[in-house]
Amino acid sequence: MPELPSSPADLAAGLREVGYLPGESTGLVAFLATKLGKPILVEGPAGVGKTELAKALARLLDRELVRLQCYEGLDEAKALYEWNYRKQLLRIQTEAPGTGWREVQDDIFGEDFLLARPLMTAITSEHPVVLLIDEIDKTDQEFEAMLLEVLSDFQISIPELGRVEAATRPVVLLTSNNTRELTEALKRRCLYLWLDYPELEHELAIVRLHTPELPETVARKLVELIGMVRQLDLKKPPSIAESIDWARALLLLGAQDIDDETFAETMSVIVKHRTDLDVVAERVGVKLTGLTGASG
Amino acid sequence: MTPPAPRGSALYGGLPEPGAPGLPARILEFGEELRREGVAVGTSELLDAFAVLEQIDWRSREEFREGLAATLAKSQEDRRVFEVLFERYFFRAVEAAAVREGVREQGGIDAELGPGEINLDTLRAQIAAALRDGSEGAMRDLARLAIAAFGRQGEGSGVIGVDVQRIRRALGLRSEPQPELPADDPRRAGLPREALRRFEAMLRRELERAQIERTESLPPARPLNELDRALPSGPLQDLAAVHRVVAQLRRRLATQGHEARGRKRHRHVDVRRTMRASLQTGGVPVVLKYRPQHPRRPEIYVLCDVSTSVTSASVFFLSVLHALHDSFRKMRSFVFIERISEVTDVFARERNFKAVSEAIARDAGVADISGYTDYGRVWSEFRALVEDDLDPRATVIVLGDARTNGRDPRADVFAEVAARAGRTFWLNPEPRLYWNYGDSVIAAYEPYCQAFECWTTRQLEEFVKALARPAHA
Repeated sequence: MPELPSSPADLAAGLREVGYLPGESTGLVAFLATKLGKPILVEGPAGVGKTELAKALARLLDRELVRLQCYEGLDEAKALYEWNYRKQLLRIQTEAPGTGWREVQDDIFGEDFLLARPLMTAITSEHPVVLLIDEIDKTDQEFEAMLLEVLSDFQISIPELGRVEAATRPVVLLTSNNTRELTEALKRRCLYLWLDYPELEHELAIVRLHTPELPETVARKLVELIGMVRQLDLKKPPSIAESIDWARALLLLGAQDIDDETFAETMSVIVKHRTDLDVVAERVGVKLTGLTGASG
Repeated sequence: MTPPAPRGSALYGGLPEPGAPGLPARILEFGEELRREGVAVGTSELLDAFAVLEQIDWRSREEFREGLAATLAKSQEDRRVFEVLFERYFFRAVEAAAVREGVREQGGIDAELGPGEINLDTLRAQIAAALRDGSEGAMRDLARLAIAAFGRQGEGSGVIGVDVQRIRRALGLRSEPQPELPADDPRRAGLPREALRRFEAMLRRELERAQIERTESLPPARPLNELDRALPSGPLQDLAAVHRVVAQLRRRLATQGHEARGRKRHRHVDVRRTMRASLQTGGVPVVLKYRPQHPRRPEIYVLCDVSTSVTSASVFFLSVLHALHDSFRKMRSFVFIERISEVTDVFARERNFKAVSEAIARDAGVADISGYTDYGRVWSEFRALVEDDLDPRATVIVLGDARTNGRDPRADVFAEVAARAGRTFWLNPEPRLYWNYGDSVIAAYEPYCQAFECWTTRQLEEFVKALARPAHA
């Protein structure tokens, strides 16, 4: 098990090594989370690398990543634990006649009949893990309340069995797309990290990292264009993931420059709504010619 | 509060009481300021902040700020307030300490550095280059030089904001391209807006510093007013904020009443949960568990006033409409002045905000003769249009200032509409202070709907929160 990073700079460097380029505060907040054992609440628009951060942290710390994808209607049976009732029923039916209720009860509510779900897995794991609770804003407030015990005390109370305490402390990341306000109680237990679309140079570095073969000039122009597209009012502005996809597409096509034609052909990689396509074609197409003129 | 100040300081607010010495006291004071601005900072947050300071190198400004932000500001909104207050609080704390200790800047702005000793053209070019490259340190140094060169030509206006703009103009810094300049001038293609904004902030900061040194007192700290947080008026930046709030709105409308229905009326048996429950009775399913029933989609009718009396607000309102349209399928929107006109199709077809506004101006035909709002007529027409569709599932939202220009408000018709619909809301872009003054007749409608003051995103959020409360509360 590798040592925990000793300073924010150390951790940021580590993240870079495993292929994640952290922004200014990302390294610092991640460092604090490992030191203080507090969960991080990561918010930001879709596709700025919130989930990727958790994966990178897992790689960096050489830990397993346990992921809980949230959705509306997620309940404790799917997040914490569940009794394996099929097995319990079988156990009851194979019961020899004459066995008392007490013995059966002691038996079927034992750990053998418990199905561990992600949260349980994360805290009972022998080796510390990175726990990712993805898109927490999709769940209901009741679920948040249930999380509180896990996140602040790292324990789970099971009525039939007692309290299960954490064997090891996971590093916890919660991500949210900010579709609803999270409760104060949950926020209070977390460190807060806002991830936004990166600045031009930063994004360029990210694109270059993922597609090193793409000529620098093309990559730069790509990032500038993406920035321009984000300025427009779109239903779904392109995220970093889309920049990277676009860079890959251009690489496959062997593009040496992004001109009107290439842009029109590959635009659908970054813009995913029909109405958005029209807006982008109209607004950026014009600027593209200007851009080529200025740089050429 | 004001200590006996040496020189006419009362005007500027004087120096605050020194307070307890040391960093912890400063952080507690800072937390106190955040609370005053409505950021929820609890004791546990402050404890976390101290825990964080133990882990980081708090002599580094970046780490100090980010560390505090991660523990004290837990939403994007709070973060914005945090940035403003952080700058202000620690700047003031440092300056107050400096005045008390009698520390003065050496070779700073007050140094005798006349315009003659600085080559103005070189300075202009240097500043423009620093802005283009976005180099923080160079910009800070150059800000001081710029003030030395342009700030004191006997005409310092005394109002810092004015001085900042005068210096910026003198330097010829603009974000628009200036094609008349020579090709190698960095200003030719226009400077990055963000860098320009930062440079202005630095100028302001240096000017304030100089003023504090001259007067040996701090200007009074005024609370951030609503304007600091109000919606920026550019529709494009607006939209992001409005969209975010409307996304919450959608959730609230979609799930409201869900709890009230409870689990009793659900129809489908949830086999998994039933089996799970049956364990308590030895595997015999005595108690049936049901699947939750999904709430039906809400139907929304939005009526938006686009007359001249709400011109300033209608950009905001149209963006709200716009965002609503992205979120709800079953939504019908109407705009009105003298008459009402359905614009659902326009919004469905057009993404471009400007095109929507133009299409409405061109095709809606809502202005008849006078161009003044006629609420009475609008209600009658609305009732005629949707009479058959309105039912208790429907939510009606009116965006308007309720200024009838002296015409009959016809609250009776409005009451009829409100009675047919499940819930009726009124968002008024005027501050509550102006309600019912002049020709505003909101009081006539208030008995039939819930009226909200709404001219900032914050208020829009409050409206969304109110929606979460059960109907007819």
